[in-house]
Amino acid sequence: MHRNLLKWLLLSAVVALCLSAASYAQLTTYQQQEWLHSPATSSHVGNITGNAHAAAMPYRRYCVGCHGTLGDGNGENAQWISPKPRDFQLAIFKCRSTPTGTLPTDEDLFNSIGRGLDRSNMPSWDALTKQERADLVAWIKHFSPRWQNEKAGTPIQIPAEPEITPDRVKTGQEVFRKMECWKCHGVQGMANGPSSSTLTDDLGRPISPFNFTDGSRPLCGSTDQDIYKIFMTGLDGTPMPSFADNIKPEEAWDLVFYLRSLQPHNAYNAKEREIAKQLGLKPVNPNAPAQ
Amino acid sequence: MKHQRNRGWAAILATLVLVGLGSLTISHKASAAAEGKITGTVKLDGTAPHMKGIEMSKDPVCDKAHANNPAHSENVVVGKGGGLENVVLYISEGLSASELNAKPTQVPIFDQKGCMYTPHVLAMDVGQEFKVETSDPTAHNIHPEPNPLTGNIPWNQSQPPGAAPVVKSWKTPEMIHVKCNIHPWMSGWFAVVKGPYATTDENGSYTIQNVPPGNYTVTAWQETYGTQTQKVTVAAGAAATANFAFKAK
Repeated sequence: MHRNLLKWLLLSAVVALCLSAASYAQLTTYQQQEWLHSPATSSHVGNITGNAHAAAMPYRRYCVGCHGTLGDGNGENAQWISPKPRDFQLAIFKCRSTPTGTLPTDEDLFNSIGRGLDRSNMPSWDALTKQERADLVAWIKHFSPRWQNEKAGTPIQIPAEPEITPDRVKTGQEVFRKMECWKCHGVQGMANGPSSSTLTDDLGRPISPFNFTDGSRPLCGSTDQDIYKIFMTGLDGTPMPSFADNIKPEEAWDLVFYLRSLQPHNAYNAKEREIAKQLGLKPVNPNAPAQ
Repeated sequence: MKHQRNRGWAAILATLVLVGLGSLTISHKASAAAEGKITGTVKLDGTAPHMKGIEMSKDPVCDKAHANNPAHSENVVVGKGGGLENVVLYISEGLSASELNAKPTQVPIFDQKGCMYTPHVLAMDVGQEFKVETSDPTAHNIHPEPNPLTGNIPWNQSQPPGAAPVVKSWKTPEMIHVKCNIHPWMSGWFAVVKGPYATTDENGSYTIQNVPPGNYTVTAWQETYGTQTQKVTVAAGAAATANFAFKAK
């Protein structure tokens, strides 16, 4: 009787030891070998090199509540949040300088962390040092195997911004009409186009188009270049497509000027608004025949 | 002594490998001359489910295109005699590496017409280029939704009236749903497979061409009913038959 018991005890002890040893081994190889020290899990922003292993603690402190320990966007706060936190495993990002269907550059991710995403629960993290933000970029990249298998896309070329003229604002409006931006954004940019109410993101969750008129800040930055990038790269994971194949670079600037004129007065659009006022621009007519 | 024995084994092994490789290339050459095919029909067992009509009044251009022929959802399209249209058939087992890696040069076309996708399901090989075109005088966005972790990366491109075709290809086999966010009723598929494939016509008939003699598993995929498989043997220059029937739900 005693012997049997002893045997069982011994056996279970051995099994327990083996299991814990195995899981420990898995954890260490997983974290240290595979991920943290592979070249794909560093980041390069300007002359700063970010290291994933330096970001493990900051991530747990600042990001894990929403983005989750696995980086899948299922942190404990995620259920209360809309739009939902990014899923770093899928590595589909809205704000990129790279073409639709490609990974963003390290700098794109770095900028999103520093800027935050307006109209979402993602705040600006510019209180963190640049080094800390670069480390977090490296950590974010370790969540998805895509960074091992793919290279970041090549940033799109943005020609120098031309001088704004009334003709350019008019051409911009023509682009807005021809590209049918109004189908979602509405003829006055009020986010009330005929398709606006049925839009969903890639995970089937309702999403609204950008309203140019209510003073919202553009999602991926407020400069003219930032707005240019949005429609020439698309916001991947959302209904906003890339127009890179259909809008010529010079016309793209015209569209930026026109979009600026729709916004209420801000730090960037005094000229645009003035010109639109002088031209007496009326909202585009969706029933005009397509040319 | 030991050395000699080892050498003997090495020699025998080398000969075996050489003979094996030789016979492989010879048999492959012989088969290329007398390729067979796999043919058959796919039917729906039971009453075809009701396909909802599509309301397109949000876009007058789309609405006008269907003034005389109302559009219906195309999840299950049943023809006369119960033939199931838009079923993709491909060889899921039995192809040699070279047959798997052969890429067709033809470029299939996925058109947007009357704010519907034509064809509703576009089958293609891994790495095969395909074209997305638009015949519509209204803007679309083409938004395929593969799982990015498979290696196929989702993208989203606009296609206003008169825009040039979008030419793309996919990296790995996957059934990829395609949508247009502007017209939420638009729903189509890119069926990406490896090796020869076919799609059923309005009678549910199909033929997979250029299949070398051999034993294969054929898979039939339908977007609503999933997959079915069947084993077939293709003889040189002959047609093997594989008929499928999906149960109506």
